[in-house]
Formats: sequence, structure tokens, C-alpha cells
Amino acid sequence: MSAPSDKFGRPIVVVTGMGVVTSLGAGKEDNWRKLTAGESGIKTVTRFPVEGLKSTMAGTVDFVTVDPVTSTGLTERLAEMATEEALGQAAIGAKADFPGPLFLAVAPVEVEWPQRLELGRAIGKTEFDYGDMLRISGGGQYAKYHRRFMFGSVASHLAETFGTKGSPISLSTACASGATAIQLGVEAIRRGDADAALCVATDGSVNPEALVRFSLLSALSTQNDPPQAASKPFSKNRDGFVMAEGAGAMVLESYESAIARGARILGVVAGCGELTDSFHRTRSSPDGKPIIGCMRKTLADAGLEPEQIDHINAHGTATPENDKMEYNTTAVVFGEHLPKIPVSSNKSMVGHTISAAGAVEAVFSLLTLEHQRIPPTINYEIPDPAILFDVVGNKSRDARVTAVMSNSFGFGGQNASLILTREPV
Amino acid sequence: MTEPKSSPAKEVWITGIGIVSSLGEGLDAHWNALNEKKINVDDKRFAPYIVHPLAPVTFDAQIPKKGDQRQMEAWQRIGTYAAGLALDSAGVKGDKEILGRMDMIVAAGGGERDLAVDVAIMTADAKGNSSPAFLNERLMNDLRPTLFLAQLSNLLAGNIAIVHGVCGTSRTFMGEEAASIDAARVALARIEAGQSEIALVGAAHNGERSDLLVLYEFGDFNLTEKFTPVWQREDNSGFALGSAGCFLVLESREHAEARGAKPYAKLTKVVADLAQRKQPGAVTKSLEALWPKLGVTGDAGNLITGATGAEPVTSEEKAFLRQHPGFAVRATGTMFGHTLETQFPLGLALAALSLSRGALFPPNDPSAFEVEKAGSPDQIVVVGAGHWQGEGMALVEAVK
Repeated sequence: MSAPSDKFGRPIVVVTGMGVVTSLGAGKEDNWRKLTAGESGIKTVTRFPVEGLKSTMAGTVDFVTVDPVTSTGLTERLAEMATEEALGQAAIGAKADFPGPLFLAVAPVEVEWPQRLELGRAIGKTEFDYGDMLRISGGGQYAKYHRRFMFGSVASHLAETFGTKGSPISLSTACASGATAIQLGVEAIRRGDADAALCVATDGSVNPEALVRFSLLSALSTQNDPPQAASKPFSKNRDGFVMAEGAGAMVLESYESAIARGARILGVVAGCGELTDSFHRTRSSPDGKPIIGCMRKTLADAGLEPEQIDHINAHGTATPENDKMEYNTTAVVFGEHLPKIPVSSNKSMVGHTISAAGAVEAVFSLLTLEHQRIPPTINYEIPDPAILFDVVGNKSRDARVTAVMSNSFGFGGQNASLILTREPV
Repeated sequence: MTEPKSSPAKEVWITGIGIVSSLGEGLDAHWNALNEKKINVDDKRFAPYIVHPLAPVTFDAQIPKKGDQRQMEAWQRIGTYAAGLALDSAGVKGDKEILGRMDMIVAAGGGERDLAVDVAIMTADAKGNSSPAFLNERLMNDLRPTLFLAQLSNLLAGNIAIVHGVCGTSRTFMGEEAASIDAARVALARIEAGQSEIALVGAAHNGERSDLLVLYEFGDFNLTEKFTPVWQREDNSGFALGSAGCFLVLESREHAEARGAKPYAKLTKVVADLAQRKQPGAVTKSLEALWPKLGVTGDAGNLITGATGAEPVTSEEKAFLRQHPGFAVRATGTMFGHTLETQFPLGLALAALSLSRGALFPPNDPSAFEVEKAGSPDQIVVVGAGHWQGEGMALVEAVK
């Protein structure tokens, strides 16, 4: 192929294994088939009562259950499944012996309502306070809840199960988390800290309090019926995102190590970029400069010009504000080339997988490169006249794709982009 | 991010330090408090539990807009405040050019509860008022909409960006004590390799939280009844949660010299691992394995540890420290309590402060495991062993 270093003299970072789980199913095959068929994984929530909630649908992963029932436990199981698939494909190291560090994007962990209510019922009084809770919390009967609800518990389990090396990192950059996990892996390989990195992103947190939290910020769609039609990126009548669950995993390696062990190269992480927005906790700066800067930084990191991008896998949450901002900023960066670049949103089908989104969508971007087929933006019936994207409306499209930009713009001003290619650039 | 791999590692300086804690705020206040062996504990408010409460702070001084303060709970206020102190200390506050490209790695917990809402729901449930929609309705009606933003782990970084204008790359690591060891490790590695030039690294912790006490009580980790210094807790083990915020500015020597900035110290190395703690002695072994990777010269020196009195980790760490008797030990858990994610940055900060002031601060230990150490140190080792997982060390050196 080509030299092991990119045009800046850094080790080329390749992908040798991928795994994914979403509401569409477990594994790349099921997900890709349904994604390109324009199927939606969004349903009315059945996991808990939805009376009293403004938004009653989500992209839950209902075919995976954990016992005891906790979001953290489900989050962990989804990560495990995606990782098993990625490692199975990469065939690197040995069972429980991955030769590199773990970077895990994970939803913030906390004590959950089933356990909190369990504690309340155990107090034995009907009027009590946190002092009473404290009095019955010790003595060891709830010891497993200490471990379960530590922030580092999911990474700890994955590190032990898959034998990753060194101190595993759990991270959050809100909706950009999945991209950040991949970015950290790329940086570690580029500076020679590791020849391989396991980058995983996971989120299994559709529970009452999570739905309420997003609902109170008016971020969620309330077009509950039919649920599959709720997520409408770039449409005139979009009204918010649909919360969803999922996990994405990638094995990253230096090109040199991958070739040396005869690994099959699935693609290249040609560039990553990140830029913080300091305008507001949930809204982007109106001038779009941080998002524009993020995309340009990523192009520069890959050493590519805008016209060399063949497809953009959008953040595309379907909030009134994101989609408009995303169009305006993308138009600035890509200018006259934009009409030739299809921009589609996977979130129209799998919903917003929050901490997992950046990695789930990176996997879908690599599958796009492999199959030369761009998944659609579904539910695109009434285009927003102010958003002049070619959104690949409703039906997937075969195309010549050599480079994909995948964008993630999160709460708290976290903007991150990746550029994925089939071959080194 | 364009440095080829073959370049030698850049030297990294600590050019800014911000600390706010139970001992006060700022470097002078902390230096004086440590030299006076001050300890600030409250054994009444959460009795029988003991906490190190935040010293009185005027948040306006670093978070001028009340609107910004109202968007946060205590944890984010403490952190945003300490970040401001660090930026002042480094002389970059208000320097839009530098701040606009300054990288950030925050080690975060988060999730502060609205205790009143929780208790109202729990008591109603205990009374038997649980219709299927009960939980949904209570949460929808009683939670203030912006509480979520005050709880979100990555929003400490978000608030630092909004209030102080730090806008380069921004990562938030989670994972209790280990998160900030890795934050320092990754920030150092990035600057050494030329992937970053200047970074803000640190954490904050609100230890005055009943909900956190419950979480640690699940594992019987809390210190109760009587406060004792860390090395005197064999018969009554546990940690006392502490409130603190601590941030450091790390910078390549080149970048610092170009703008005329003076270092407190050099951050030479950070190493970390996660031992499987299935057998007794696992932590001792893990620390022993990390030691040679640090590059400590000689078998006598200075060591600041985040040991907190929780068991079995404190005893296992003590066994490791006993293998290096030439090192004078200082346990920050005694003076600051256990500040979780903030413990390791505190250790780094106090190491840098000590080196810059030409002395290790005095021991604070009636059991005399900590001993006096005269002279001006060249190196200080910082050790962190998480109460349930994660071990790490750093080497901080004087800049001659």
C-alpha cells in the first residue's frame, strides 16, 4: 500500500475491527441492512410507564436485558456486545488480552431509582430523610451498589473482561463522547504510546429520570404517534430529538502494526478535530464559529480540502436549532461544493444514542465506505426550505464514497468531527 | 497536532495553580495553613459522619455573573472558581488568544441530587402512593429544568469554557480518583508530543452531600464518630469526604518562555495502572511496579500521597511506603479529607508549591509515620491509590 506515516509524518491510524448495537439490532449486518432499508428502531417505551411524560418514545434496546435492572448494567452489556464483535473481527491479541489501552465513552453513572426506592422501603418508616437512609446503607448488604454506581465501574468490567492494558479511561463530552473516545485512541497511537487502542462508546440510559431531564430542557420531540416518524432531521416540522440506546466499538491500530500481523484493514481514521463553544450550556454560538472551526480543524488534520469529502454523516439531531446551525456552518465550510455532498442523519432511524452516537455513527460511516451506499434521512416529507442539504431523503443511495466526515456537536459546547476514509490519504 | 513521532519529548512546566478547599483559597492561604497544621472538619452537620467543609468563598470573585452561578450547583461552582484561580496564577486570565486554544481535561464526578425531591418521592412511595405514573409526574413537576446541566459531568468543563473562555479541546474523564491521574497523564503526554501547547487540568469535589455519603456507606467507606489523622485509623477506618477544587496550568517550556511565564515546577512523569484487587497485597504490588517507571533518583526524598484511611487500600499503600523509608510522607487526606477526583491534582499542586517555596510542608501525624524533612527538595513524588480501583504516581521536579 503506502508508507506507514501520513503527510505530517504521524503513524497512520487504521480500523481493524468494529462492533455496533442499536435499537435496530445487534451487529453490523442487522444494523446495516435495516439502516439502508430506511427502517426505524424508535418505538413507544414499554420498559416503564409513560403516563405523565411529554415524550413517550425512544430507541430502546429491548432485546437485551440485565439483572438487576439498571441503566448502568444495560450500558455495560451493550458495550460488551459491541466490543466482542469488534474484537472478533480484528482477531488481535488473545482472548482477554488486548494489547493496548481502553477509551470508553459512557453516560455519567449514578444511583438509580429502583435502588433508591428499594432503600426507601427498607427504612421501615413512612416519614424519613437522608439521615435515615444513611443509617441503613452500611453493613454490607448494599455493597454491590457501591461498585455498580461508581463512575469507573463499566470501564473496570470491560478492562477485566477484555484484558486491556494500563489505566482505562472513562470519558464524557456529552453528545460528542463517542467521537472523543476515537480521538483519544488516535492521539495515543500517533504519539507512539500504543500500537493498538480499543475505543468504545455506550449508552443504555433510557429511564424515567433521563427522559424527564431532556424533556424539561425542551430538547425532545413530542410527536409521539407514530413513534417511527418522530425523528425528522432537516424537516420543516422537526421538533426535537428522540433519545436512544446503543454502543459502538472500534479497534484502532497503527497501519504498520496492522500490516505486520496481516490484519484486514477496514478503513482509516484520517483526521479528527475538536473545538469548544463557550457561548451557552445548551445552545451554539449564533455565529457558528466554533462548529465551523471544528470542521476546518478536522479537514486540516486530515490534510484534505472540503471538495475531497464525498459524504457527511451529520449530527442531525432534529432539534429546530441544531439542524439549522448545522446547515449554516456546513455551508460556510463547504461553500460551492455542498450541493454535491450528500448529508444524511442516522439519527432519523436509530435516534440519538447520546454518549454512543459519535462511535455508532463512525461505524456506520465506515460501512458506508465499505458498501459504497449512503443511508437515508428518513421521515423527510416536508423539507425545511432554509436547509438546502441533499439529505438523501427516505431512500439510501449508491455512490462513490472515498471520504466521510462524521460530526458530533454536544451540550456544553463540545464539538468533535472525524474524517474516515477507505485508504490512507 | 503536526509533530512527527521522532521529535524528542518536550519539557512540561506547571505554570499555574488554583486551589480552594476547607483550608481556604489560594496558594498563600494553603501554604500558611499547611505550615500551621490546620485541619477544618465538621462532625456535627452530618453526624456521625465527618466532612471537611469548603472554607467561605465569595464566588463572585471568579464567577462574576450571578446568572452563571445560578446555573451551577456547588461542585461546578467550586471547580469553576478554582479554574479561575489557576488561570490568574498562570497569568493567562483574559488573554483571549491563548485561552481560545487552551486545552482542558477535567476529572469529574457530578450528579448532585435535589434531596428534597428525592425524599418526597421516596416517602410517598413508602406510603403506598405509587400509581404507575407517580415517578414521572413528580420528576416532571418538581425538578428545576436546569438542574440536569448542574449534574452533567461534562458541564464543569462547559462552565469553565463559558465563564473563563477556555476553548481549545475539552475532555472530561470520569472514574473517581483514577480519572484525574489519567487527566494529568494524558495532558502531559499530549504536550510532550507536541499535540498540545498549554492545558488546564484539574477537578472539583463537593464533599458535603448526603447522597454521596449514602453511596460510600454502601461500601462502609465513611469515617464516623471521631476524626483522627489518616495514619491513625486502623481501629476506625474510613475517609472523611472533603470539598475542594484544584486546577493546574501545564505548558510546554517553549510556550512558557516565549510569553515570559515562570514555572512553579516541572511535571516530569505520570504513570498509572488498574490492578485487579482480588488478592490481598494487589495494591502494594501495583505501586511497586509503577515506582521504577517514575525515574526517581536515589532512595531518599519526599512523597505526597492521597491516602485517606479507607481500608484495605490505606494499609496496602502503607506497606508500599514502608519499602521506601527514606521518603518523607505527607498524606493530604488528613488536612483536606477525601476529595476523590481532586485528590491527585491537589497532590501535584502541593508538590509544585513546595518546590517553588523551597521546602516540603511539615508533617501532620501524631503517629510519627510522617517525619520532618529539612532542606530544599529537588523532586517530590505524588502517589494516588483509589479507594476501590486505580493506582498512579507522578514525579514533580524543581526547575533550576
